[in-house]
Amino acid sequence: MKKAERIGGNVASYVDDRTGAAKWLRKNLTKVFPDHWSFMLGEIVLYSFIILLLSGTFLTFWFDPSQREVVYEGSYEPLENIKMSAAYASTLHISFDVRGGLLMRQIHHWAALIFMAGMIAHLMRVFFTGAFRKPREANWLIGIGLVTLGIVEGFLGYSLPDDLLSGTGIRIAEAIIQALPVVGSYLAFFAFGGAFPGEAFIPRIFTVHVLLLPGIFLALITIHLMLVWYQKHTQYPGPGRTEKNVVGYPLMPIYMAKAGGFFFIVFGVTAFLGAVASINPIWLYGPYNPGQISAGSQPDFYMGWLDGLVRMAPPIETHAFGHTISWNILIPGLIIPGILFTLMALYPFIEAWMTGDKREHHLLERPRNNPNRTAIGAMSLAFILVVLINGGNDIIATHFALTINQIMWFTRIGVIVIPPLTFVITKRICLSLQRADREKVLHGRETGRLVMLPHGEFIEVHEELTPAQKFTLTQHEQPPALEVPREDANGVLNPQGLKGKLRARFSQAHVEQVPAPTESEAKALESGHH
Amino acid sequence: MKKVKMNSGIKKLSRYRRHRYAGPALLVIALISLGTTYQVASALPSTSRMESTEQSTLIEEGKRIFAQGCSSCHGLNAEGGGIAPSLIGVGAASVDFQVGTGRMPMADMSQQAMRKQPIYNAEQTAALAAYVASLAPGPDAVNEAQLTFERDGNTAEGGELFRTNCAMCHNFAGQGGALTQGKYAPTLMGVDAKYIYEAMITGPQSMPVFSDKTITPEEKLSIIKWIKAAEKEPNLGGASLGRVGPVTEGLLVWTLGLGLLIGIAVWLTAKAR
Repeated sequence: MKKAERIGGNVASYVDDRTGAAKWLRKNLTKVFPDHWSFMLGEIVLYSFIILLLSGTFLTFWFDPSQREVVYEGSYEPLENIKMSAAYASTLHISFDVRGGLLMRQIHHWAALIFMAGMIAHLMRVFFTGAFRKPREANWLIGIGLVTLGIVEGFLGYSLPDDLLSGTGIRIAEAIIQALPVVGSYLAFFAFGGAFPGEAFIPRIFTVHVLLLPGIFLALITIHLMLVWYQKHTQYPGPGRTEKNVVGYPLMPIYMAKAGGFFFIVFGVTAFLGAVASINPIWLYGPYNPGQISAGSQPDFYMGWLDGLVRMAPPIETHAFGHTISWNILIPGLIIPGILFTLMALYPFIEAWMTGDKREHHLLERPRNNPNRTAIGAMSLAFILVVLINGGNDIIATHFALTINQIMWFTRIGVIVIPPLTFVITKRICLSLQRADREKVLHGRETGRLVMLPHGEFIEVHEELTPAQKFTLTQHEQPPALEVPREDANGVLNPQGLKGKLRARFSQAHVEQVPAPTESEAKALESGHH
Repeated sequence: MKKVKMNSGIKKLSRYRRHRYAGPALLVIALISLGTTYQVASALPSTSRMESTEQSTLIEEGKRIFAQGCSSCHGLNAEGGGIAPSLIGVGAASVDFQVGTGRMPMADMSQQAMRKQPIYNAEQTAALAAYVASLAPGPDAVNEAQLTFERDGNTAEGGELFRTNCAMCHNFAGQGGALTQGKYAPTLMGVDAKYIYEAMITGPQSMPVFSDKTITPEEKLSIIKWIKAAEKEPNLGGASLGRVGPVTEGLLVWTLGLGLLIGIAVWLTAKAR
């Protein structure tokens, strides 16, 4: 034994004698994780969060969260001697007078966009594969909390530099607070410490942005990951994969290497974007001044759908008892987002109620094998996309020679028409794909090879699937619709009332499937001639 | 000796002052000088008469071009019509801007006249401007000598004025923006200083007029200096993404950013073959 090994062994047994770590480590380092690209979307989010913490800490070294008025004397000439807030001046200082400062600012902002985009992609993966089902409903709720807080955190982050664009965003946020009936104006005064803009909001949102929300993020992400660890990771169906096992690679060394390497790749891609692509060029926007505004003022993309909703709202207001209720802000700014996020959070429970399924699920579903859920997801995405288009209507108008009014009317009608259409079309596509799967299992893959038989008949050669492929395409369960009793033992009709009828109707919609081929069907085909 | 001689000369003259021809001689001298002065003085109007002939031929030329290229919409006497406004009183600046940037004559009756290759050259434009200016007084075309923005403008002050008065339509970096019903504020990048100045004083299309009381001539020069600085400013943070704000940033993060990361994730989890 070499000297180094002996010392290493001694240190290890010293630690193990006192903590019993060896047993714990052996158990956890060999924990198995399934391998699929879509399971790494969450990792993208985790790593961009780490990048955000690191680059954000760097930025706080120079950022001055204050609205004290200063005269700019830094090296960016087009703003020389202009009066501005210390927050804006210090952001300019970071951008132009701190070594690597602009790169860090851009990395921080790109990482924030990747954080949000990654979260949405991860959420879509979890939704479309049914990974939120029992026992993972709590983790779904934590995820929804993280997305919501992510939107707030991002918004506060790009509001900090106190440039013209961010001030415009804060102004809109104030308008949304004010739109709350009765308490709105008081709440706005409370939040801004007086009339807008005041001198309080930059220091306040700074504390929330760098202390409160990151703390909550850390806590929620830790619980999120602990639950993944404890509940084990879900896996896609396939031969040898059951509800009781996890097929994949051990954490050590394979996943350590893959995940560790992926962290550096995420960092690399973020740094690459920060180095080559300008983001939030605050020096061009100029300092915030409530009397100024730029054409085409937009929020970041994760707020864009909200902006689009507000932009499409018809101007409706009511005046009652000395109060104005601005429905045009209240409905798109608070009520619709509230409904959307509540429905999203409750979806696992709604689906369990519709299907009556109370079992645990560790095997994921292919989106096509649950057409109703996939259609609901596609419908929601269509809604968000339509309103997002309206959020960028002015940029789209100038770049594609359209008129804002056309885009607005297209999205106003589209937001009502397109989501239901998407639902129907997606469901039909899913059923077609199921039909194609069935066809493939029963008749094999069409190879496109035409063969002439000795007696002159032409046939196309169908290549039979491997048993593993057949298993994957046929393993999914297709439960029957819920039986809702028409009458109870005493002959009372519809004992569950309207709720029961509704549940039966939903359940019916949920089980609309193309039957997967059974073993006997496959056998019958094998013996015959097609 | 000399002194004595000079004194004697004046004395000689004064000796004749009571001569009987002194009066008529003085009268003749006065008349001659008056006539000469009149001659010289009347010679000046004669050159200006020559210039005004040149001016009137320019106006004639402008009127001829106007009749050919503009009158079908603006009317034979620039009085305007159902589809085009009257040009009486718009001044030479307006004509210089609209024709010089190729906006007029319009290629088609779309939402608004767009900037394009000018149809008329500098002389023809000047003739048209002279003709329209002759109809009624209006702002004069801006000449190069007035555009001393390099010397008299202040970039930072121009930026403040730009953000207060112009950015709401032309975007924070002068990239242009959308207005209602398909109208738009065009980009200010690559526009001659002269035309920016003329646009401010004439208010073409949907643009308001910024009179010298609203924005003084010096302030106008500062605005132009800031626009020229923005035009020349290198993209300090890397690719500019069009300088239109977060829309293109969001597009890039979903395509290149997440696209790259997902591509790499697929590669990392691909089965070894």
